[in-house]
Amino acid sequence: MTDKFQSDSPHAFPGEVHPTPGGGVLVSKLDDVINWARSNSLWPLVFGTSCCAIEMMSTASAKYDWSRFGFEVARATPRQADVIIIAGTIVNKMGPVLKRLYDQMADPKYVIAMGACATSGGPFFYNTYSVVKGADHIIPVDVYVAGCPPRPEALINALMLLQQKIKKGLTREQIREESKIVPIDIGNQKAS
Amino acid sequence: MSKDELKIKLAELIPSATFDESGEWLNINITPPDFMSSIEILRNKVELNFDYLFCQTCIDWKTHLMMVYHLESTAYRHQLVIKIQLDRNKPEIETVSHIWRTAEFHEREVYEMFGVNFLNHPDLRLLILPDGWEGRNPLRKDFEDPVNMIKL
Amino acid sequence: MYRETEILKQPGVGDPDVFGDMVINIGPQHPSTHGVLHLVITLNGETIKKVEPHLGYIHRSIEKMCESLSFRQFIYVTSKMDYLSSHINNHGCCLCVEKGMQIEVPPRAQVIRVLMDELTRLASHQLWWGAGAMDIGALTPFFYAFREREMINDIMEETCGTRLTMNYMVPGGVMTDVHPNFQKRVHQFIDHFKKKIDEYDELLTGNVIFQHRMKGVGYLSKEDAISYGCTGPTARGSGVNCDIRKLFPYEVYNKLQFDEIIETGCDCFARYLVRMKEMRESLSIVEQLIDNIPEGDIQAKTKAVLKLPKGEYYSRVETARGEFGVYIVSEGGTTPYRIKFRSPGYSNLSALDHMARGGKIGDLVAIMAMIDLVIPDIDR
Repeated sequence: MTDKFQSDSPHAFPGEVHPTPGGGVLVSKLDDVINWARSNSLWPLVFGTSCCAIEMMSTASAKYDWSRFGFEVARATPRQADVIIIAGTIVNKMGPVLKRLYDQMADPKYVIAMGACATSGGPFFYNTYSVVKGADHIIPVDVYVAGCPPRPEALINALMLLQQKIKKGLTREQIREESKIVPIDIGNQKAS
Repeated sequence: MSKDELKIKLAELIPSATFDESGEWLNINITPPDFMSSIEILRNKVELNFDYLFCQTCIDWKTHLMMVYHLESTAYRHQLVIKIQLDRNKPEIETVSHIWRTAEFHEREVYEMFGVNFLNHPDLRLLILPDGWEGRNPLRKDFEDPVNMIKL
Repeated sequence: MYRETEILKQPGVGDPDVFGDMVINIGPQHPSTHGVLHLVITLNGETIKKVEPHLGYIHRSIEKMCESLSFRQFIYVTSKMDYLSSHINNHGCCLCVEKGMQIEVPPRAQVIRVLMDELTRLASHQLWWGAGAMDIGALTPFFYAFREREMINDIMEETCGTRLTMNYMVPGGVMTDVHPNFQKRVHQFIDHFKKKIDEYDELLTGNVIFQHRMKGVGYLSKEDAISYGCTGPTARGSGVNCDIRKLFPYEVYNKLQFDEIIETGCDCFARYLVRMKEMRESLSIVEQLIDNIPEGDIQAKTKAVLKLPKGEYYSRVETARGEFGVYIVSEGGTTPYRIKFRSPGYSNLSALDHMARGGKIGDLVAIMAMIDLVIPDIDR
């Protein structure tokens, strides 16, 4: 898996053979354009449960603006959002709500776990009866951000990392798509 | 009124109460049968006028439960701490939510965390814990949850 | 777990009740900034008949967790409860531990603590202003508020190390001394903010649309405010004297000149005015203290492992939302036997039903914005 991180040019030259998950195939320019477009226009879902939500709001405001990266419109409804940034602790009562929001999002969707609480339960790991020890017990996560709360620059770093992952085709979404086994049509013989 | 004046006044109004002056505020222990009448006196008597209940909670001493009410008067600025001892196996006490409306939420929380049944409460059900936690009282000392609680 | 839309009563044909009754949900995930609050409202048309808050979506079992933490450790969990006034929460816990151990805090530490408290109060009110206006529909104040808040965050970061949950106070004083640039930066901030707060007033307070949305909405009388246990600007907007800094002064508050702001309007606009004036008062407290920090120790000498003597201790401080109480029951060991945090939002929220009945959904949003809810404070 290490040669993927050594590509010098971020965009594949048409006709060049690149090893991608699923076998060595010709990367078409169209896939590349789609990945580039998707990564530069990710709309986050407004989902902040506790303290990390304030740092997310700081990232959205004028000093550490995240709309320079394409995250301009923060949507309130999951149906119109691309990325869910889990900012805050997830507790047992909130788990089904998070799962429901994730299911309501349309493909392709990405997840960023922001802060120590969403990564692993954080300061509330020991001796609590109600905290889910990490949001990835509930939904699959693409990028983890460390910190309690992480600085706005750390969150922007995570967003940029997500953008790079999408451009290279390495998010869970895309790997899942690539490695999907296409069922062979055996032809339904009608009983005559 | 100062702590001593309060003690003298309350000793004559509520004869069955015992006092404890070791803390910052006057602590009064009331027996459960006298509870409602004492509360009415504390709220309605003009010199006492305890109209602000600022904290209501419960403590689990392993042999019994103890309800603690912190009262204050906004007019005279004196404070009082009421303590009532409850039986651990069947903890029951009347509600005070018709006198101080803040008790509605506080009593719901004590109900779910300790299992104390408040008689005549308008709406006694779980507030903070998810559904399915009736009967399990997390803040009791004998609460065990091997699935969720990771002990250090 | 939570009901979907439920029709309680069908609208009648030719019948005075044109709309019927319906139950709908707001939240737990919703585009406002309080946190995860789930409200189940019963509506008749657009008029609210009953509001029922469902809490617990951020219940992190802090009180149970504190029973296994030492007396030095549990203080820092409270800065995650009401994260917008994290210094003030830590201060309340430290006061309680100091009361139990009879520790005397040196004067320099007292002044630094009060300075940090008032800066935190300013930052919290700025966020309230920006986020509250955003809830109502005015999007510009959000950016203005964060511009000033970032200045305070930078000051805090230089001295305390982090921007949001600053775990800076210890029982006996503060953790480290203030940064050498602290006074200069605070002076710069004071000069900058004095002009900006007039700009805030110009932007929002006199705006006709804003006033129409706030005046007459969310009426809470003085007796109801006391009975529901409301404190802070929610109660001071209804005429209740409840500022702990004036009634039971702690640290150096008894030596400072500041007013307790009381308004008698009893509606949302009165609460708004209370907070705007409180920002000015906090600024004047910072101005009085910043040049007069006494020299000396920043921390009293205490043992590394603290053991509170057997007994019960209660301390109260005034956070940006109201009165925060810490009740420690100790059995003489190194960990507390029982801790109860009396959070201001819990009682303020219980008055929401009373205030919102008879209004419309837009009024409900305005009331929630003006009570200044922070849900992790309520759920603990």
